[in-house]
Amino acid sequence: MIRVSIDPAPIELAMELSALEERGAGGVASFTGVVRGDGGVTALELEHYPGMTEDALCMLAEQAMDRWSLLGVTILHRVGRMEVGERIVFIGTAAAHRREALDACAYLIDRLKTDAPFWKREWRGEDASWVEARQSDADAAAQW
Amino acid sequence: MDLLYFAWVREAVGIGQEQRDPPAAVGTVAELIGWLSTQSPGHAEAFADPAKLRAAIDQRFVPLDTPLNGAKEVALFPPVTGG
Repeated sequence: MIRVSIDPAPIELAMELSALEERGAGGVASFTGVVRGDGGVTALELEHYPGMTEDALCMLAEQAMDRWSLLGVTILHRVGRMEVGERIVFIGTAAAHRREALDACAYLIDRLKTDAPFWKREWRGEDASWVEARQSDADAAAQW
Repeated sequence: MDLLYFAWVREAVGIGQEQRDPPAAVGTVAELIGWLSTQSPGHAEAFADPAKLRAAIDQRFVPLDTPLNGAKEVALFPPVTGG
């Protein structure tokens, strides 16, 4: 079962993890991305390509379901403005055993970074700047 | 065709969406970028350096040398930075 959502609303971790556990899995793995306050960053703003983003995330989830024996995949991404400490992204995978769940979770966050149309802007007080894509993210995605 | 712009490309052009009918000589995404750069000072700024741009045709990522072949929707944007 696949759950994908792009939403300005906060991500409710406990509810999402419980839903994955209820799929009869022996193991649930997850990754949560949180806004860092490095270098004076006070907030992040996420823009996306409505329509394409949902398709890109569903396609990633389906690829993970095909590659590993998963009982469930959840991909949630917030859009809009987020303050330091708030959750940006949640990936959860449920499988019979830990290896499938952990590997699929790592795959999904690595590939989400390069395969889904989101753009991040950092705010430092009143100043905003677009975040540049990093080669290390492209390399991480390519290893799969 | 419908053109969509995101992030700093949208800001430089000044709008997120427009409809344009490029001349027949514009055959690929790269040629579309070249043609768009002549359309206004904002377009010129956004499309000055194709190396900084990525594209999607009908909501699929494509390389810039991809033929437009009757594309309905073309999106132009910087490399993605989600997650």
